[in-house]
Amino acid sequence: MTPIATPFFFYFLSFIAVFSAIVMVVKVNPVHSALALIVTLLSSAGLYLMLYAPFMAAVQIVLYAGGILVMFLFVMMLVNIEQLYVEKMMNKQWIAALAATAVLAVLMLGALIHGAKTLPQHIVNLPENNNVQQIGLLLYGRNTGYYMFPFEIASLLLLVAVVGAVVMAKKRV
Amino acid sequence: MLNIGIVHYLIVAALLFLIGMVGVITRRNVVIIFMSIELMLSAVNLNLLAFSRLYGLHGQVFAIFIAADAAAEAAVGLGILIAFFRNRATVNMDEVDLLKW
Repeated sequence: MTPIATPFFFYFLSFIAVFSAIVMVVKVNPVHSALALIVTLLSSAGLYLMLYAPFMAAVQIVLYAGGILVMFLFVMMLVNIEQLYVEKMMNKQWIAALAATAVLAVLMLGALIHGAKTLPQHIVNLPENNNVQQIGLLLYGRNTGYYMFPFEIASLLLLVAVVGAVVMAKKRV
Repeated sequence: MLNIGIVHYLIVAALLFLIGMVGVITRRNVVIIFMSIELMLSAVNLNLLAFSRLYGLHGQVFAIFIAADAAAEAAVGLGILIAFFRNRATVNMDEVDLLKW
């Protein structure tokens, strides 16, 4: 399997993803944040492609960047955003929040440094040209369908979420 | 450093997760908090896909489940946001104290 994860594309996509994630957090206007989040999700879809997950990259583009972000933009049209420019952006406990995030960052860094030695060194030969077929066999296969029952549970979860969203956004709660 | 391994992807996923966490616990706008949660879920997906490079295809199936969870969470959360905005006429997180008595 020839590696397609060239360092240039990795650093390029990672820089775009991290930079636009920071832009998303520090922007005052939520519409700008939504556009920055779309850029982040698209570049992480490129990272998924480099990890031999083309189906997940397509799902990322169609479902996240195409579906969920459009829903966010619709909701932003329903709520007013003009008053946000005169209010403060951060809440009152932001110093403690940043300290907690720094502690978590140190924890993650230690886990990565100490856990990188325990990872298996060889790379599994993932199927390149029938990725969707292999995932479908894991979901629905007669003998290999390990995830059939969790898949049905996920459909039930989506049904409950749709009913809950309608009940929440109804006129009289 | 020139050879891109799995740990590089894990570091990028950790960075995205931390940025999303900063957005969740410091911002006041509820819409941006929801978007930060989406960013954290996407970072988890990147982690799962990086590990599926090492341990086989099961991580990609789990990533699909997480995408379905993200869709459900966004639908319910935005429904709650609309209900809250109808009651209080604000999207400020500091004023979400209806259950705090």
